[in-house]
Amino acid sequence: MENLSLMFAPLLSSKLMIVLIFGTLFGLILGVLPGLGPTTGGALILPFTMTLDPLSAIVLLTAIYCSATYGGAITAVLINTPGTPAAAATCLDGYPLAQKGEAGRALGMATVSSTIGGIFSVIVLVFFAPLLAQLAYEFGQPEYFALAIFGLTMLASIGEGSPIKNLIAGAFGILISTIGKDFMTSIERFTFGINELSEGIGFIPVVVGLFAISEMLTQSTLLNQVFKRVALKAVKLPTLLDYKKTWKTILRSSGIGSFIGVLPAEGGTVASLIGYSEAKRWSKSPEEFGKGSVEGIAGAEAANNAATGGAMVPTLALGIPGSATTAVILTGLIIHGVRPGPDLFREQPEFLYGIFGSMLIANILFFIFGFFGAKIFARITLVPNKLLWPMIFAVSVCGTYSLSQSMLDVWIMLFFGVIGFFMRRYGFSVVPVIIGLILGELVEGTLRQSLVIFEGNWLLFLTRPIVVTFFILSLIALAFPLLRKKKK
Amino acid sequence: MNNVQKQKRANKSLPFFFKDEFKVSFIIIFISIILLITTFTFDIVPPILNRGIQPATFPKGLLVLIIFLTSIVYYLSLNKPWKIQKRLPQSFFLTLMSFIVFIVISKTLDFFLAISLLSVFVSYCWGERRIIYLILVSIIFPIIVFIFFETILGLRFPPGIITNIYYQV
Repeated sequence: MENLSLMFAPLLSSKLMIVLIFGTLFGLILGVLPGLGPTTGGALILPFTMTLDPLSAIVLLTAIYCSATYGGAITAVLINTPGTPAAAATCLDGYPLAQKGEAGRALGMATVSSTIGGIFSVIVLVFFAPLLAQLAYEFGQPEYFALAIFGLTMLASIGEGSPIKNLIAGAFGILISTIGKDFMTSIERFTFGINELSEGIGFIPVVVGLFAISEMLTQSTLLNQVFKRVALKAVKLPTLLDYKKTWKTILRSSGIGSFIGVLPAEGGTVASLIGYSEAKRWSKSPEEFGKGSVEGIAGAEAANNAATGGAMVPTLALGIPGSATTAVILTGLIIHGVRPGPDLFREQPEFLYGIFGSMLIANILFFIFGFFGAKIFARITLVPNKLLWPMIFAVSVCGTYSLSQSMLDVWIMLFFGVIGFFMRRYGFSVVPVIIGLILGELVEGTLRQSLVIFEGNWLLFLTRPIVVTFFILSLIALAFPLLRKKKK
Repeated sequence: MNNVQKQKRANKSLPFFFKDEFKVSFIIIFISIILLITTFTFDIVPPILNRGIQPATFPKGLLVLIIFLTSIVYYLSLNKPWKIQKRLPQSFFLTLMSFIVFIVISKTLDFFLAISLLSVFVSYCWGERRIIYLILVSIIFPIIVFIFFETILGLRFPPGIITNIYYQV
């Protein structure tokens, strides 16, 4: 109970409230602009967080995460293009409803269900993260290795791309993490005589390259694309009938989203797709889906926002990112000298509960801003790409350069931008690369330390129950996409 | 004739090495083999310092895994209709070229100048013709970003013809 009261500390701090308001507004802008989103936005703003204290920095990143996830719905409803990948399922019913002249109702439902989903997931976060952290006290190096392997195998079931291609991308991410001096023996690997590579490849140049620069290249191929925009008068709160029709869907999707979010590597995109399909399966009028069903909007939006809190559970309790954006937040934590894991819960409860509280407030703030300002945010999509992307390029280059003041980081960013573009073009998702990159050191480090403990005997992994459990879960995670395909 | 049949027929005329899945798989496997060979040049740690496995073992395992998985992707693609990718437009190649020009100019002349030139070039290539907007993206916005990073983050940009003038003033 004492810890719970710490959640409301941000309300008492004017500095944190300013950060929260700025983060929520900035997140909404990022969410509304197709191609940008919480991951790219988080990576771009990371250098600026260096001027803030650790709590303010993470509050800023989490506020962006929550509101950008919701912001994607505005574009999905009004121009049939998801502002973020997590809003893809929202297009299916949001846009048809808007075409019927009910854009305000569609956005109202998206706003309410996103807020409920987001708040539900914060409650899950508050109760489950400490429990998971407590469980993690039992973990040794072999358990962490098995957990990281589980996280990586979950990449197979990430929504976009084929399972095998996702695994290849994940392995590529881990391979990038091996560049530089081996952290245990200081032996150089893949440095090709370039001294600056000895320290390894930074996370930010890779993220900005894979997300922002590759998207810029993608946009260069879509110059003739014309968006059909639906006019919005004002956002309308759902009617009593709408609430009656959707409350079960919102609660179900909130549960689904939180659960999917907790699973390592899965995020809002998978959550919204499952939330949407479950809403359709349980609906009394499934024939309305795809034609402007409010249940469809509620199912997708509650789930993707519920995944935000869920994804923070393994990030904070175990240091394993629950999604690509939480990988950026994890980097933010590490840059600010905060090591996520069980010790964080014991030693810095005020820090953690400050984050929980700010996520809760961010969900309420984006409800207010979304409700009263959706019309203004929708106008941001009118900024033409021919002006927007050169500006994003300037910020990307300066932001990447600023972290270690190295031009090599800028070249690396451009290199990964090109790689990311071709990966997407040939059906590889870039998200597994990010997850692989952030988990790479953990996988290799824990594997090697485990082998030291086991004196090189690999079979001893199988003598530890938690390890065996994670290995079984990993096999299930690998088999799941195949079973799903067979079922189809 | 449906689209799949059309695609199949269109692709039958192509030799296998022109097909996208082959090209992609070939490139991945080729680079992985080169990197795998590179791992044999890594220093070997004496047994007393060796922590579990040699530093080269882990990357070796990853590269073998990538080669194996890529082979599966290629094998599975054989039974699927070949997908014909749309040709990339000229604007893509111009944007890509602007990155190379950016690298050359930022390395030889000036970082800020490189950002400005890339911005105006990309914006123009993407269809912007209004002078005021071209000035906005190529001069005004980069100056704002530059000053913002310089003053708020205390960032020191690399020396160059324009940056030096700024620092001298």
